[in-house]
Amino acid sequence: MRDFVRTLIHRREAGIFAMLLLITALVGTMEPRFLTLETARIVALAIPLILIAAMGQMMVLVARHVDLSIGSIMAFSSIIAGMMFRDLPDLPIMAGVVVAIALGTGLGLVNGLLVVIFKLPSIIVTLGTLSLYRGLVFLVSDARQVDPQFIPRSLISLSQTSPVFGIPWLVIIALAVAVATYLFLDHTRLGRQIYALGSNPVAAPLRGIKVVRVTLLVFALSGALSGLAGVLYASRFGYVNPGITGVGFEFTVIAAVVVGGVSINGGVGTVLGTVLGVLLLGLVSVALPVLGVSAFWQDVFNGAVIVLALLIDRTVRERSTRALAQARSSG
Amino acid sequence: MDQQKLISARGISKQFAGVEVLSDVDLDLRTGEIHALLGENGAGKSTFAKILAGVHRPTRGTLRMDGRPIEVSSPLAAQRLGITLIHQEPISFPDLSVAENLVLGRGNEAALGRVRRAENAARARELMDLLGVRIDVDQVMRGLSIADQQMVEIARALDSDSRLIIMDEPTAPLTPKEVETLFAIARRLRDEGRTIVFISHRLEEVRALCDRATVFRDGRLVGTEEVAGLEDADIIRMMIGRPVKDYIHKHRARIGEAALEVRGLTRVPAFRDISLEVRRGEIVGLAGLVGAGRTDVARAIFGVAPADTGTIRVNGADVTVADPSDAIGLGLAFVPEDRATAGIFGTMSVENNITAAVPDLISQGGFISAARVRALARSSVEKLKIRLASLRQPIMELSGGNQQKAILARWLHTDPAVLILDEPTRGIDVGVKAEFYDMIGALAEDGKAILLISSELPELLALCDRILVMAEGRLTAELSRDEATQESVMQAAVPRAAGEAA
Amino acid sequence: MSDTTQARPEQKPALSSHEAAAPRPLWQVVLIRPEVMTLVLLFVAFGVATWLSPFFADTTFILESATFYVEFALIALVLTLIIISGEIDLSPAAMMAFSACVFAALFKAGVPIGVAMGASVATGALMGAFNGVLVLWFKLPSIIVTIGTLTLYRGLAQVLAGDRSISGFPSWFIGIDWKYWFGVPIPVVFFVLVAIVLGVFLALTVTGRQIYQIGTSPEAAWHAGIRVRRIKMSLFVLLGVTSSVAGMLTASRLASVRYDMATGGELQMVLMVMLGGTYIFGGRGSIAGTFLAAWLLIVIATGMNVANIPITSQLIVMGLLLIVSIVATNAIYARTQR
Repeated sequence: MRDFVRTLIHRREAGIFAMLLLITALVGTMEPRFLTLETARIVALAIPLILIAAMGQMMVLVARHVDLSIGSIMAFSSIIAGMMFRDLPDLPIMAGVVVAIALGTGLGLVNGLLVVIFKLPSIIVTLGTLSLYRGLVFLVSDARQVDPQFIPRSLISLSQTSPVFGIPWLVIIALAVAVATYLFLDHTRLGRQIYALGSNPVAAPLRGIKVVRVTLLVFALSGALSGLAGVLYASRFGYVNPGITGVGFEFTVIAAVVVGGVSINGGVGTVLGTVLGVLLLGLVSVALPVLGVSAFWQDVFNGAVIVLALLIDRTVRERSTRALAQARSSG
Repeated sequence: MDQQKLISARGISKQFAGVEVLSDVDLDLRTGEIHALLGENGAGKSTFAKILAGVHRPTRGTLRMDGRPIEVSSPLAAQRLGITLIHQEPISFPDLSVAENLVLGRGNEAALGRVRRAENAARARELMDLLGVRIDVDQVMRGLSIADQQMVEIARALDSDSRLIIMDEPTAPLTPKEVETLFAIARRLRDEGRTIVFISHRLEEVRALCDRATVFRDGRLVGTEEVAGLEDADIIRMMIGRPVKDYIHKHRARIGEAALEVRGLTRVPAFRDISLEVRRGEIVGLAGLVGAGRTDVARAIFGVAPADTGTIRVNGADVTVADPSDAIGLGLAFVPEDRATAGIFGTMSVENNITAAVPDLISQGGFISAARVRALARSSVEKLKIRLASLRQPIMELSGGNQQKAILARWLHTDPAVLILDEPTRGIDVGVKAEFYDMIGALAEDGKAILLISSELPELLALCDRILVMAEGRLTAELSRDEATQESVMQAAVPRAAGEAA
Repeated sequence: MSDTTQARPEQKPALSSHEAAAPRPLWQVVLIRPEVMTLVLLFVAFGVATWLSPFFADTTFILESATFYVEFALIALVLTLIIISGEIDLSPAAMMAFSACVFAALFKAGVPIGVAMGASVATGALMGAFNGVLVLWFKLPSIIVTIGTLTLYRGLAQVLAGDRSISGFPSWFIGIDWKYWFGVPIPVVFFVLVAIVLGVFLALTVTGRQIYQIGTSPEAAWHAGIRVRRIKMSLFVLLGVTSSVAGMLTASRLASVRYDMATGGELQMVLMVMLGGTYIFGGRGSIAGTFLAAWLLIVIATGMNVANIPITSQLIVMGLLLIVSIVATNAIYARTQR
């Protein structure tokens, strides 16, 4: 019986992987052009920003919170970095990156502070900051976009050049973030405390976990990573627009994370699962146009995916609680 | 073995909201002993244990460990002092592995906070071997049986080198084999010089395992004896031996037809094969210890959490009770045990609370008739002597007793044939209790069939025509008014050792 | 105002100190509540707006500006009921869009306009029911699941309408915001009427009271025989229907339908409810509060427009207001909490 629950969890990643293969096979048979390296490259380029932000969102969800403002944080960092590049043409891109991450961290901390100080549900708080930060984006940019000619060539080249196997730098950066997140979450004390906090928030302080600190940390990290995604947006798309950058981003990220097995109730989720989830959504987003299906189905897919994932999570929990009760009663 | 005093408690007392639940407890716990804490529900044994474990702070009194005064200010502080409490429902992080649960908070990480996975897993396996249990330390806690979760908590206690391990009703969810394993471990720990405090109701187990026993009653320590010299009867007498107050409610109700009949009601694992009947004008008591399943039976009858199998008949007709509104329509009423969460609408007015179950009575074409609400509420206030400042004030501002009266009033307005009362006088002052007893008697005289769930023996003895006793989900006895004494009820309520059917 | 239940003090023992807390004085009950704060803010906002621009204090102007926000305000009224009952729904803006797209697509396909409108309302009801089933039967947390459904419905709107802007509606249908009833734009009249009906429903009917009871303690409501599931389901469906009506009002005002209708509306709707003093955790709130908050938002938004503050900066104000309002109502309610 115990193996049952364990395998169900493992089955999640295996399941997503199977879905990936299935979709690739299906689409490949219908449209052989799909099975090329070029597709792989397109898919790879579709996901790095989502992947980076998903790492942050994953940590927030594992801690039993939600961050709906990541799209706006991403836009804010992005536009400030963009404006810096535009107004200070000799600025090294590293400076832009650092500033973006710092800003993201700051905005994330504001989220965390509101949640912790006023004990408000993170979903409503971040619904408010989603709007607040987006407003700031328009304010600081005067509603003007940062045009492509102002984005440093070296930044854009991150999406185009590659050190190895034709994999663009951008993808490598995203993978590095994923690996770093894995090392942090699975192999450090703070990382394990995040899981513990989400798994049983009542017991956490009893075991010496500093709830306030850990909560602030996850929101700060989510903000930082959204900030990084923001500056890399300019690399990927070549411009930053206050009304477009990051809009609706949070829903795509949440869908990917939830599909990847991270539970809304906290305490559950793996980096591998999240990566696979991002891959799955990315694959579908590329597959749809190849199949001639209008890209408009993307949102339908994302929404359905969120609902399905929630249903699956609920069923798994119910089964394991029922199994526990049965085991208890037969004793 | 040369025993010393590990813990000395002197004058430990505890008050909750002005009510003293523990008074002047003096107790010594020795090193290298297994010490039982016994007593009825609410006698104070759990409160005392929680004070030792840092969950509560004593209102008065001192604690000494190894002769030195200590302050157990929090569960964390208790752990640092070497005191561990193993809850009946073990607290853990269900999504983390066994090894992680063991190790969280140990602080043995390497540089940069790197978790020593391999070492932790090895240490976890070591502990499991020490305890002689085969638990896969890499698996997630959620899948573990209660017995295994307990083992993990004990392993934690070992790992932190706990000197005092308190086990709160550990054997209730265990199979006989698991109990044996637990006992073997407890004995080994004792032989190592640790102290085990064993809270339980199962006298056979206490006798099998423990060296000494302390009995609590009404918040006081009655006595501490060597278990070897004690008989069951002695223990029970210590647990309940109080002069039965001369409060026999002499109500003259004519007992009529069966209003409620229940046959073979079962809901695994809460209760099995419950059959009972309550007649018009009768007050039937349902006694038992906490966890016996009485409230689950009541909730099943009332449709809050229906049973898996079994039949219910109301006034002679077979009925299905799928939810509380069905129940109300059939003439059933249920005053729940936990009025704070299942009873009152705390922030809403007293009159709203009183009229909550009778929408038809207060409705005038769908609109609320304020006049009717006021009238119904007022009549309740007068009839039940509810003390309040205004019908419009939020019910949570009332004292516990008056809140309870208001809830009772709510149900009386539905004009039920059958009234199920679950611990109606819990947390209520003595004076108001007497009023309740009068009211319950009057309701019986009125022809209502009353099922009274209570943990207070004097209450049951005073009011009930018959007392049914449950233990661990089954009915163990039915006692008539003559047969019912505190001892006979307690005997039936105390579970046999695990594995023996009632 | 003292009750005659204490009419016979000599026959009863004196009230001991812990028998019953003294009730809050009436003036406190009436004045210290979030709705009053909203009212005060409304006056303040009005004052500031008039000071910023004398053109502001023109009833016709305000009423005309109100038509931009009335669709959301309508939904906010029903959303108030849902939040009081302890749930939440973030999908109404998307429901508006999809049901409006259904309407437009059917109309374009030649279906008689009355049937198209009916289909739109039915779609709204279905979407609301879907939300309700997920929350009430599958017991999924309403806040996350409605994020999922909002994405889903918005996507369906996209699939149905594509990137196009559907128009060509009959002239009697469009421009409802320019049609008046005694000098007040019809949508505003509709809003006020619905507010009155819902306000009366919530405050004066048995079911209305039961909604409060469900939100205060779902467990106690269940025990008291209140049909919790039925009531909540009805509210979800009502929200869906209201969304579709709001969608058609918008279609009439803009004379066209696009899949991205009402994007970002979720925030404004929730904001109106929160600003009106409804407690996020359920059990407290009022239609009057949301009504006032809607006007407050109208005044603020219109005032900012008149003062030439860019629409996009208004987002900052909205976000700030939302945070401040939940902090404030939380603070007020937490003190008198169970």
